[in-house]
Amino acid sequence: MAQQKEKPRVGVFVCHCGINIGGFVNVPQVVRYARTLPNVVHAEENIYTCSAEGIASIKEAIKEHDLNRVVVASCTPRTHEPLFRGACADAGLNPYLFELANIREHCSWVHMREPDKATEKAKDLVRMAVARVSLLEPQEEPEIDVMPTALVIGGGISGMTSALCLAGQGFKVYLVERKPELGGMLKKIYRLYPTGEEASRVIGDYVNAVMGHKNIVVLTSANIKDVKGYIGNFEVTVLKEGEEIKLKIGTIIVATGAIEFKPVGLYGYGRYDRVLTQVELEEILKGGKSAIDKRFFKLQRVVMIQCVGSREERPPRAYCSRICCMVAIKNAMIIKEWYPDSDVYVVYQDMQTYGKEYEEYHRRAREAGIRFVSYTKGSPPEVTALPNGRLKVVVYHALLGIRRELDCDLVVLSTPLIPYEDAKELSKMLKVPLGQDGFFFEAHVKLRPIDFATDGIYVCGTAHSPKDVGESVSQALGVASRAAIPMAVKRLRAEAITSVVDESLCSGCGTCIRICPYGAIQKDERGIAKVIEVMCKGCGTCGASCPERAISMRHFKDEQIIAQIHAILRRVAA
Amino acid sequence: MTFEPTIIAFLCNWCSYAGADLAGVSRFSYPTSIRAIRVMCSGRVDPALVLEAFINGADGVFVMGCHLGDCHYLIGNFYAQRKIKMLKKLIALTGLEPERLRLEWVSASEGARFAELVKDFTNQMKALGPSPVAGEKPDPNILENLLAAKAAVEDFRLRVLVGREGEMVDEGNVYGEKVSQEEFDEIMDEAIAAEYIRNKMYIMLKKVPQSVKELSKRLNIDPRNVLRHIVILRQRGMVAMAKVEGTTPLWAALEVGGR
Ligand SMILES: Cc1cc2nc3c(=O)[nH]c(=O)nc-3n(C[C@H](O)[C@H](O)[C@H](O)COP(=O)(O)OP(=O)(O)OC[C@H]3O[C@@H](n4cnc5c(N)ncnc54)[C@H](O)[C@@H]3O)c2cc1C
Ligand code: SF4
Repeated sequence: MAQQKEKPRVGVFVCHCGINIGGFVNVPQVVRYARTLPNVVHAEENIYTCSAEGIASIKEAIKEHDLNRVVVASCTPRTHEPLFRGACADAGLNPYLFELANIREHCSWVHMREPDKATEKAKDLVRMAVARVSLLEPQEEPEIDVMPTALVIGGGISGMTSALCLAGQGFKVYLVERKPELGGMLKKIYRLYPTGEEASRVIGDYVNAVMGHKNIVVLTSANIKDVKGYIGNFEVTVLKEGEEIKLKIGTIIVATGAIEFKPVGLYGYGRYDRVLTQVELEEILKGGKSAIDKRFFKLQRVVMIQCVGSREERPPRAYCSRICCMVAIKNAMIIKEWYPDSDVYVVYQDMQTYGKEYEEYHRRAREAGIRFVSYTKGSPPEVTALPNGRLKVVVYHALLGIRRELDCDLVVLSTPLIPYEDAKELSKMLKVPLGQDGFFFEAHVKLRPIDFATDGIYVCGTAHSPKDVGESVSQALGVASRAAIPMAVKRLRAEAITSVVDESLCSGCGTCIRICPYGAIQKDERGIAKVIEVMCKGCGTCGASCPERAISMRHFKDEQIIAQIHAILRRVAA
Repeated sequence: MTFEPTIIAFLCNWCSYAGADLAGVSRFSYPTSIRAIRVMCSGRVDPALVLEAFINGADGVFVMGCHLGDCHYLIGNFYAQRKIKMLKKLIALTGLEPERLRLEWVSASEGARFAELVKDFTNQMKALGPSPVAGEKPDPNILENLLAAKAAVEDFRLRVLVGREGEMVDEGNVYGEKVSQEEFDEIMDEAIAAEYIRNKMYIMLKKVPQSVKELSKRLNIDPRNVLRHIVILRQRGMVAMAKVEGTTPLWAALEVGGR
């Protein structure tokens, strides 16, 4: 039964976050209010609670006021809870005796026009947090061992880079590629912007290095069939040519890349064989000038159309594909170089040649004589066939306001990179999300750009969003070092928020066993439900469903949630 | 002063709470009516917690989870959906407007949707006016009904039905017998009505011992049905005969090992 608990002594730290909170919420007033709340023995304000000074003052206050509970009223627990919990732990307080009141994302930032009401709401949020923290209990995080073996899914430039980086640090790596060969998209590409290197040479070097590395096992023509377990202890089943291979894996890297959008029905694609996508053009360019001559006789005029099927009004293809402007410039210059007398047009909405190299690249293309003509979304170009087999492109020049007709030998469509259809299945197996556009979705766009919310699984390259080789490689190196951390540490602390069965109440009905998606509850010899803690993810669905109400959730007990409800409504149950 | 509803929102950590964070990061403003309680999963929202909020005078309760198929815990939101479906039917019996409870899915990337939903639900609650059990003078009848509803969802039967719905409808029982969704809904509706009335009777008998006839009149249901419920309550050890007045037995509630 309930042990004798020490009386809560709560310290409240209200953050200004510069002007992010302080500009809209009356922080001193919230602090004064906090002092009037039951169990609160100390309250103060900080300019930035998360700064070194802020953290130091939490630690000091814990000592000075003998605090046994801490509330910080600042930003979202989804980013800052670990930091503040760490401060509590440093000062000798169990980190679970901490609660964040989110008065920034959920208050000051969304009620900027109503500062008085925002202040009242901030007080309510602090009152809820104090009520909850007073009932929180210390928790211990069980330790788990981490297998020092990584699984990399996808053998493009990203996957190979990650694999080499991890293998170089001494970890064993399984690299699973579903195609018969490594290389990914780059196998189809001729030269790489901005340097002009041949993609096949780059890929060749990587493939050799990967195949020759003693720590890397390459599984081509192989598919992921099933993933079970959790960080440090994944059990992965790979299907290779009808044979099932079982792997024990510590961390997983998703580097499954993307494919190009095939714009069937747009600009005569699929109808005229002189209308190609950029990938299809690259594949012909790989054969050299003779391959072009063979197919098109001679190029006198080429028109490239940008943003074909990208930057649309609505998802899934509302995004800018990021690489197509540079790809078009690259291929336009190659054609111009091979056929100096030809006209090469790039018909665009906006040229997105960001950053230091690419604007320069754009300038060089203009100097080389590539013609850039802008169009608006409302009046896109039109492509029709001429009787002699060539094509006619009608362009409405957005800047000059005139209509131009260009007869040409070739139309090249710059279409976006899009996610693989079946990324969905992989996302389900791994239990990681896809965004609205169907690409893998990171835990936080700025702070955790290559992590998933699920521990031990990471994403890089075009599996995440369109990007070029340089960017893919940076991310690939990034995920390799993210994945190396738990494998180097070898032991990890698992989730403390797990379910607990009260044996005296359990009737052994088995409802929870069927509900748990992780198979974390089993019956013991007496027929009573038993939780396998390291497998429990702490969702709490079992507890909310248990017919006998025999299951409680650590850190999210009924009484803790009820305290929040009562604090909001300021009335105690009738 | 115009009426400002108080809305309690249960937000799951991974999607809807993150969506609310994104609304903040994007500076999408919405009414100050909402107070969020973070839970790990929408499936954690025990029906008893929702009723606790209404009993204490919440004007609205908003449960939000990840879109179906996107649950961080795979299927927690399906259980949330079943719980809310059951709760809405139960709440309708108490005299409180079931629209005061709403379930929506909000992903981590849908900050705008979160803000819109809060606006929309707040307007809906404004149009509905304050909860009859909010404020200094809660409607005693509806309050009692809500207490009965809460007791009903704390009891075995409704919980087991909600917890096993998917299994019974999709997979069938140990003998491979499946029930159709319609059949299941019928069983569920019957169970909701029965459990609610039984708990309501229990609360009434706790106040003062009464006869079947009196109960029948107050609850406006057939005395034979009342008697059936009394029999079951007696089997469960919840009521006993207190005394006999003339030839009419009076029933009283027994103290049960409350939690
Ligand atoms: C027309 C075009 C031209 C380009 N030109 C340039 C350029 O000039 N310069 C530049 O820097 N970038 C260029 N890029 C971009 C470049 O191609 C990408 O940045 C790069 O290929 C990304 O590498 P990746 O490894 O992330 O993905 P990918 O190259 O797509 O590799 C992913 C691999 O994963 C495999 N895979 C997918 N799903 C699974 C699964 N479920 N299981 C197992 N394996 C799976 C795929 O078969 C593939 O081999 C161009 C792109 C296009 C479309
Ligand atoms: S703790 Fe959060 S709210 Fe406070 S300064 Fe840091 S970021 Fe801003």
